[in-house]
Amino acid sequence: NILNSCVIKDQERSVAMEDFWAIVLAGLKVWVCLIVALLMVPAMFGFSLGISETYMKILVKILEWATLRIKTVNKAERMIQSSSFNSEDDGSMEEELRGLRRSRPKPPVGGDFTLSDCFYFYRRGIEDIIEDEVTQRFSSEELVSWNLLTRTNIDFQYISLKLTMVWGLGVFIRYCILTPLRIMLASIGLTWLVIGTTAVGFLPNWRLKFWLSEWVHVMCYRICARGLSCTIHYHNKENRPRKGGICVANHTSPIDIVILCNDGCYAMVGQSHGGLMGVLQRAMARSCPHIWFERADMKDRHLVTKRLRDHVNDKTKLPILLFPEGTCINNTSVMMFKKGSFEIGGTIYPVAIKYDPQFGDAFWNSAKYNMVSYLLRMVTSWAIVCNVWYLPAMHQQEGEDAVQFANRVKSVIAHQGGLVDLSWDGGLKRAKVKDTYREEQQKKYSSMVVGSEEGRSGNSD
Amino acid sequence: NGSKSVVRTLRPEAFKSMIPTIPVTNMVCFFAVSHSQITRLYSRFTSLDKGENGTLSREDFQRIPELAINPLGDRIINAFFPEGEDQVNFRGFMRTLAHFRPIEDNEKNKDPTASEPLNSRTNKLLFAFQLYDLDRDDKISRDELLQVLRMMVGVNISDEQLGSIADRTIQEADQNGDNSISFNEFIKVGNLQHINVWAGDHYLILSYILLSVLQD
Repeated sequence: NILNSCVIKDQERSVAMEDFWAIVLAGLKVWVCLIVALLMVPAMFGFSLGISETYMKILVKILEWATLRIKTVNKAERMIQSSSFNSEDDGSMEEELRGLRRSRPKPPVGGDFTLSDCFYFYRRGIEDIIEDEVTQRFSSEELVSWNLLTRTNIDFQYISLKLTMVWGLGVFIRYCILTPLRIMLASIGLTWLVIGTTAVGFLPNWRLKFWLSEWVHVMCYRICARGLSCTIHYHNKENRPRKGGICVANHTSPIDIVILCNDGCYAMVGQSHGGLMGVLQRAMARSCPHIWFERADMKDRHLVTKRLRDHVNDKTKLPILLFPEGTCINNTSVMMFKKGSFEIGGTIYPVAIKYDPQFGDAFWNSAKYNMVSYLLRMVTSWAIVCNVWYLPAMHQQEGEDAVQFANRVKSVIAHQGGLVDLSWDGGLKRAKVKDTYREEQQKKYSSMVVGSEEGRSGNSD
Repeated sequence: NGSKSVVRTLRPEAFKSMIPTIPVTNMVCFFAVSHSQITRLYSRFTSLDKGENGTLSREDFQRIPELAINPLGDRIINAFFPEGEDQVNFRGFMRTLAHFRPIEDNEKNKDPTASEPLNSRTNKLLFAFQLYDLDRDDKISRDELLQVLRMMVGVNISDEQLGSIADRTIQEADQNGDNSISFNEFIKVGNLQHINVWAGDHYLILSYILLSVLQD
C-alpha cells in the first residue's frame, strides 16, 4: 500500500512538472509572438503602432510631476547656470586694458605698459579656473531638473516618500522589464544584419541587389533602434543626402550612426577592427561598398582623401557619413570641424542631431565608460529621444579655403541644433593645446604695449 | 587611499548648520552662499582632479585650455601652491579663490581694528603684487619685472625696448631709491588706486572659518 502511494505521488509530481514546463513553453511562445508582432514587424516595415508614443507621454507627465515636487520642497535657489560664475563685462582685451589704464596719462616714450595690465590676464585666468568653455564639453550635460535617474542626480536630497517610490518603480521597470527586452532586440537586430548582408552579398550585381541591401540595412538598424528605445524625429526630409555626396553631422556617441541610418543608407568610413566589430564590418561591406581602412593607412592623409574622393566621384555609390569633430562631444556644443572632410570636394549635406537629455544621456564619455558599460547605460535609461534636421546642401565657394568652409558648415549646424558654436578643437580632450594660441595672445598684448608699427622693429633679433 | 578630503563625506546641509554656532575670533568670517555653490566648486575641483587623490597638481590646471594659453597662466597657477609644494587640496583651492569676492558696501563700515578681510582691495592688490614677485621676497626687482613682461609679450618686443619699459616703470613707482618696488610703493602707483577690479562679478563666497574646520 505504501509503495503504491509513493508511486502515485511520483507520477503526480512528474505530471505536475510536465504541466509546469508546458506552461512555461506556452508562455515563451506567446512572448516571442508578441515581440515579433508588436516590435519587429513594425520595425521591418517602418510603421509604428504607437506604443512608444504612449510610453513617452506617460513618462513626460510623470517627470513633470516629479519636477514640481522637487521645486516646492527645495525653494532655495539652485544656481545652475554657468553664467553665474562669469563676470558680466566680458570685453575684449583692448577694451579692458584701456579701461584699466584709463586714469593714467600715456608715457611719452617707450611702451605703454602699466603694472595694472596684469589684472586683465589674472581675472581671465581665475574665471577659467572656476569654469571654462572647453572642459565642460567632455562630460555629461547637467540637467535643469532631475529626471528620476540616479546617474543625473548631482545634488541628491531626500524629498518625499512618493518621489522615492516613483523612482524605485522606475528602477524596477527600467532594469527588469525594459532592459532584457532591449538587449534581446539589439542582438536579434545585429544577427540579422550579419546574416542578411552576407546573403545579399551572394547575389550578382543587379538593381535588385542594391534595393535588397538597402532594405536589409535599414531594417536591421530599425530593430537596433527599437532595441535602444530610440524615438527619432526627422525634419526637412527633402534635404536628405543623395548619392555621391558627403553627409557631415555633429558627433555625440556611436549611436549617431544608428540614428542616421534609420532613415537612409550611408557608406561608413572608419578603421577596420577585429572581433565582433570586424565581423559586422566585413558583412556590411559585402552587400554595399563601405570604406574601411587598415590602421596603418589611416595615418596617410593623401591615401584617405584619394579613396574618399574616388567614392564620391562615383555617382552610384551611397553618400559618405563623416563626423568632422573627430571625437564625441556632449551635445551642448559643436567643436572645431577638421578640414580633411571638406577637402574631398563634392556636395556637403549638413545634418544636426540634438538629443533630448530629459529621457537619457546619450553622450559617450570614453574616458569614463567603455563601450559595453556605455551600451548598458543606454538600455537602462528611459529612452533616447532625438531630433535630426537635414540642412540644405552646401558647396565650397570661390576663394574660400577648407577651414573657412568647415567653419561655415559648423555654424549652420550649431544654429539649427541650438548648440554653442566653439572653435576649440575636440582633440583637447586628450591632447594639450598648441603653443601658437598662447603666442597669438602675446602678440595681441604686445600691440597694445608698443603699437603695431613700432613693435616690428624689435622682431628681427 | 586615505588621503581623500573629508569634504566628500560632509553633506551640504552640514555647512549651513555650522555657521551660526562658530564663534568669531580675530578672523573675520564671511557667510557661505547656498550649498549648491560650494557643491559646484567641489565638483569642479574633482573634475580637474584626474588622478582622483583629492589634490590638484600644476598639470591638472594646465589641462584647462584657456588657462594654458593665458600668458600669465603659470603665475596664476603658482598662486595656488604654497611655497615648495606641488599639490593643493580643496581647502587650499578655496582659500585662493576666496579672494575674489566683490567688495560690498556694508563692509566699508566695519570695525577698522578687525584684521583685513580676505578679499579687500588691499588683498587683491597683494595678490597681483605676488604675480610679479617671483621669488617671494616682497620686492619686485628689475629682473623679476623683466621676466614677467617677457611672459606677457612673448617674442614680439626686443630686449632693449623691454628693458627700457621696465626701467621706466620702476622709476615711476620706486620711492626709496632701492631700484625695486615694495608692496607699499606698488599700491601707490597712480591708476592702481582707482581700479575697480572685479566690478559686477558674482563669485562665490566662502567662510574662512569653514576652511579651518575642514581639517584634513
